Amino acid sequence: MFSPAAKTVAESLGLKMGKANLEVFATTLQSMAELDRDILAVTSDSRGSGKLGPFAQALPDQIVEVGIAEQNLVGVAAGLASAGKKVFAVSPACFLSARALEQIKNDVAYSDNRVNLIGISAGVSYGALGTTHHSLHDVAALRAINNIDIVVPADNHETRAAITLAVDHDKPTFIRFGKAAVYDLYPANAGFDFGKAAVLRDGTDVAFIGTGETVIHCLLAAEHLKQTKGLSCRVISMHTIKPFDVQTVLEAGRECRAVVTAEEHFIFGGLGEACAGALMQAGVMAKLKIVGIPDEYTVTGAQADIYRHYGLSMEGLSTAATALLK
Amino acid sequence: MPYTDRQLQLKSIGYRKKILKYITGAGAGHTGGSLSCTDILTVLYNRVLNVSTQTFKSPDRDRYIQSKGHSAEALFVVLADKGFYDEKELETLCHYQSHWVGHPTRHVPGVEHNTGGLGHGLSIGVGTAIAGKKDNKAFRVFVLLGDGELAEGSNWEAAMAASNYKLDNLIAIVDHNTLQISGRTRDVMSNEPLDEKFKAFGWDVAIIDGHDYPLLTETLGTCRTTGKPLAVIANTVKGRGVSFMEDVAKWHHGVPSEKEYAQAMAELDAAFTAAAEAEKNERVEAGAL
Ligand SMILES: [Mg+2]
Repeated sequence: MFSPAAKTVAESLGLKMGKANLEVFATTLQSMAELDRDILAVTSDSRGSGKLGPFAQALPDQIVEVGIAEQNLVGVAAGLASAGKKVFAVSPACFLSARALEQIKNDVAYSDNRVNLIGISAGVSYGALGTTHHSLHDVAALRAINNIDIVVPADNHETRAAITLAVDHDKPTFIRFGKAAVYDLYPANAGFDFGKAAVLRDGTDVAFIGTGETVIHCLLAAEHLKQTKGLSCRVISMHTIKPFDVQTVLEAGRECRAVVTAEEHFIFGGLGEACAGALMQAGVMAKLKIVGIPDEYTVTGAQADIYRHYGLSMEGLSTAATALLK
Repeated sequence: MPYTDRQLQLKSIGYRKKILKYITGAGAGHTGGSLSCTDILTVLYNRVLNVSTQTFKSPDRDRYIQSKGHSAEALFVVLADKGFYDEKELETLCHYQSHWVGHPTRHVPGVEHNTGGLGHGLSIGVGTAIAGKKDNKAFRVFVLLGDGELAEGSNWEAAMAASNYKLDNLIAIVDHNTLQISGRTRDVMSNEPLDEKFKAFGWDVAIIDGHDYPLLTETLGTCRTTGKPLAVIANTVKGRGVSFMEDVAKWHHGVPSEKEYAQAMAELDAAFTAAAEAEKNERVEAGAL
């Protein structure tokens, strides 16, 4: 995932490698479920992929298996939620957000059944398995649906906080993350709230706005540009795509000379276009580059290969930023 | 006092008149399917469900999920009769800013889920029934399905799960009127034999006349402990109660003209008068008068 140069920069920042967000999700959910028997995990033959084996062993009455049937997964989750259960429907993001899209729209969002939809192995986490297993449309699809919050945590802290908040959140949620180990980005006891972006470092030359697993690459690019070019770069973790923290984006657009967005998602309908829409509608004419997966047959390879290929890397994001400053 | 079968018949005729009145007023609606499931709703809401304005928020209430959401007008008329809202609200059916749109929504008091996309209700019912089992609740879950709706594959995902989880607190009622928007269900996409399909998915099956109050009452009103969900294949007539609408596909969402409306009302009024007369005689025979 990281070039030798990027690893060196990470070391210089004192960053430590954490666990996979997937693992943190599973242990966080289990520790909450042990204290609250109304918390249920609903799976579509996905307990293994969701690292929920220990959950199922410890709390067999709190896992509902529906088999390989994502439409039923979401419908059943909606029914459970309507009867007072605190439901986490766990399935690979690619299937959950496409196969069951109408159930998400009607039975969860429209009917306001407070299900938490957990999209595991999101984006190109299953890179080498091909496009069937990629979810590069999910944020765009769900942004266009009323009454569901969309959260893409960047590291273990954001994941733990998002899952903890989701239990009693007043709206359905879609929380998507990957399965690779990620660097820890926050100090202990850092805050977190849905809808409030985190400014991980301040700066005025370039604002990097990332979401999910791209945020670390933004941070490394910011440090790299500081070390090599003396640039001052702001780094924002936009962990919540809906509701969208417009204010933080506008501040970045007004206070920085250029804005670079980074997402593990198609460049259509995701973080970048949300930033563009916010900036333009406020009359903030920032120089903007949206880095994500372009509208083409997605390159083959592992998640790291796909990231590197499309410039979701320290090097790629640094290049995008310096091009804007020319 | 519980209603007699004859009194339910009177109620149903009244419901049918209102269904036609409000569909005609709105200039839109699903006429045929609302009329085919009217008697099922009559029995559910007047004899079977422990649902009232007082109990609607209770975690112990029975759940009625209308998966064939397009027959909303039948449900809206019944819920008004049960006191969930003033019937006058139905004059706003399909109007600007009305909650009474062409499919059920939770903005309408008494509605459990927003439905209208087909093939959704049975999964929701399975989830609700699993929750009931987990909490040792006695409530039952009723899901009304259209026969054309059963072409949606999600129904069969749900059917599989229902027997897997031994949900004998779940009852699927198929409004088996054998028609859908394009014509005969067997010509559009044959789903017969329905009973064998449900049996193969591990369900108990009852095939009944969906306009027969005693049979509906016995089949829907009996709590079961078989360890299997129950599919009630209710044989019905689309457009039931109005001669020229009965068993004609175009009345799926046909709206009566002024003349057709008058004729339909005349037929239903005559049926009401005859049933009211019979009801009076039955009370005399029973010694109540
Ligand atoms: Mg039909």
